[in-house]
Amino acid sequence: MNLEKVIFGFFIVLAATLNFGFFVGDIDNPAHHDIYELFAAIIVSLIATLLKFGDRTQIGAVHLATSLVADLQLIAAAMVWGYAVHVTGDGMTAKATASVVSLSGGALFANIVSVIILIAETIMQRR
Amino acid sequence: MTPLPRHHSIFFLIMRRMRAPLILLIVIIAISVLGLTLAPGVDADGNPHKLSFFHALYFISYTATTIGFGEIPFAFSDQQRLWVLICIYMSVIGWAYTLGTVFALLADRNLQQAFAMQRFVGAVRNLREPFYLVCGYGETGGLICEALDRMGVRAVVVELDEAKVGEIELHSYAADVPAIAADARNPEILKFAGLTHPHCIGVIALTNDDSANLAIAIAARLLAPKLPALCRAESRDTAANMASFGTRHIINPFEKFAEYLGLALHAPNAWHLLGWLTGLPGTAVERHRDPPRGNWIICGHGRFGRLMAQTMEAQAVPVTIIDRQPPPEADQRWIQGDGTGAEALTAAGVDSAVGLVACTGSDVDNLSAAVTARELNPGLFVIVRQNLYVNRALFDAYDADIAVVPSQIIAHECLAILGTPLLAPFLQEVRQRGEAWSAALLDDLTTRYGWSVPMIWSERINLLRAPALQQRLMDGETVRIADVLRSPAGREESLPCTVAYLRRDDDDHVVMPGPDCPLRPGDELLLIGLPEARNALCLTLAYEHTLNYVLTGKDLPGGWVWERIAAHRNRAATARRVLP
Repeated sequence: MNLEKVIFGFFIVLAATLNFGFFVGDIDNPAHHDIYELFAAIIVSLIATLLKFGDRTQIGAVHLATSLVADLQLIAAAMVWGYAVHVTGDGMTAKATASVVSLSGGALFANIVSVIILIAETIMQRR
Repeated sequence: MTPLPRHHSIFFLIMRRMRAPLILLIVIIAISVLGLTLAPGVDADGNPHKLSFFHALYFISYTATTIGFGEIPFAFSDQQRLWVLICIYMSVIGWAYTLGTVFALLADRNLQQAFAMQRFVGAVRNLREPFYLVCGYGETGGLICEALDRMGVRAVVVELDEAKVGEIELHSYAADVPAIAADARNPEILKFAGLTHPHCIGVIALTNDDSANLAIAIAARLLAPKLPALCRAESRDTAANMASFGTRHIINPFEKFAEYLGLALHAPNAWHLLGWLTGLPGTAVERHRDPPRGNWIICGHGRFGRLMAQTMEAQAVPVTIIDRQPPPEADQRWIQGDGTGAEALTAAGVDSAVGLVACTGSDVDNLSAAVTARELNPGLFVIVRQNLYVNRALFDAYDADIAVVPSQIIAHECLAILGTPLLAPFLQEVRQRGEAWSAALLDDLTTRYGWSVPMIWSERINLLRAPALQQRLMDGETVRIADVLRSPAGREESLPCTVAYLRRDDDDHVVMPGPDCPLRPGDELLLIGLPEARNALCLTLAYEHTLNYVLTGKDLPGGWVWERIAAHRNRAATARRVLP
């Protein structure tokens, strides 16, 4: 067992699960989507990205790419949230909630790709 | 051989090292923001209020970066202030760790080397003009780079000593000289330095280590067989070894000087001519007095002294050697001692001698011997060996008849070969022609161009270099050398340059062709003259209008309209001539 691999796997899977946790629920109902979960998803996703820094392998590069995509989508979602609450002054309308959740859905997809790559890598190493 | 630092992976190296501090920073900011959103506060009206993520992130961003901005959107409660206090100290720890890592990373020797290597490789790869690869930036390398720079040719330098590489950056060259501190014996380094680059036009190996020069010669032969390689070799074995696999130019400074001295003894004018033609550009050559024939004294019988003695004996000049050890040949006159003292010099017959060669490996000894000898016999012709170029002030002050500087000899020889390939056969010709021929030529050239080192270049008559002239020659016109060498500013004046050598396409050649010699397509000319003549001639050969003016004295009309008008006028003129 390799501690580095454990930490790496932990953060990737945690990023995906938090993302999923935020994503589930009605797409336009703000009550189904907790802001703290989005915050946790962003932080874990950023840490997962940093953990992929400096990996020279091809798989490492794809890992990094998918993670960056997830970060980008989650940060965009957070920005939409902040804009809706603090700039427009309308608060979380159904429309704003829908766009935040759909952006996090995109991030979820990237995170799932990350997890799939992680699984594939693990299986390849078993052989 | 040390393996190359992996210069491709600098980016990954940095990312790998920055991983821990960046993660720490993110965690700290995350905890701070989270705590701030949870800490209870009150708004302006005293209602309970918690910061949103947006405000919390905004607050932490300016607090953690030590900007400081006040408390927003409402004054904080004490619970919030307590938490902010903790946040400030956490963020300080985070930044301190991150900055520490960054500075440690920047100070890392491996990383700096990797950066230098990457910059160098990039600079070489981006060169889009011909350049020479110079290995070894010692005295000779410095002279060569300077001369190349003055000639407008780029150079790339590989040098083992980092201090000398630093010198290159301080030296004000007109063009950037990419340089790297690395071992030129490593073929990978040579590749990075552009050995296989399509614009590399030659390799010059001038390190002070014969085996390194040999290694460079081998690498050049195998990796870039078509490139001319100039290599310095101080021992005969190395020279023979280099020659055995086809190094084109091998330069042994001592042998070269011995050869020049031999020439100076039996043909002083040819020697002057050679010195004048191969001088460093931008310097003036002084006319020395000719070495006299008679008894000579040689102080020091090392590698150089031995060659000098052999040369002198070959010229039937009697020699007395002063050295601590007896020479291997028993028949040579030998005085034990060192030449710096008066006794040994007197014993060697300095009063009746005509010349002295001070050629030990120490500059101080050489100067001391030369000064003592001059005191004993003021009329003595003195040749001193100057081992280090930096000592030139001392040697200038002493005013020896000839100061032999190995680094300069190599530089002169390299430049003569590099400048134009036609110069070498011409110099060979000078050595073979008689003394009277050289004397007349030297006299003629130096009265016209002075004693400063002239511009020497070659022109080839082909479509690329001389399209206008080539066209005329192909049309069957006869153009003589004197016709072309006229000034484009006023054709009555001839250009200040002389054709010294002409190589025909069919391997035929003419030495010092006369003004009436007709030019043929494909001719290659070696020209000696003043720099302004080069530009003028270049213009004449390339532009139809200039050439026409130079040849006929008439200005061709330029532009389509003027050509039409001129053609019309010509037709009218012909018609008028025909009618009556």
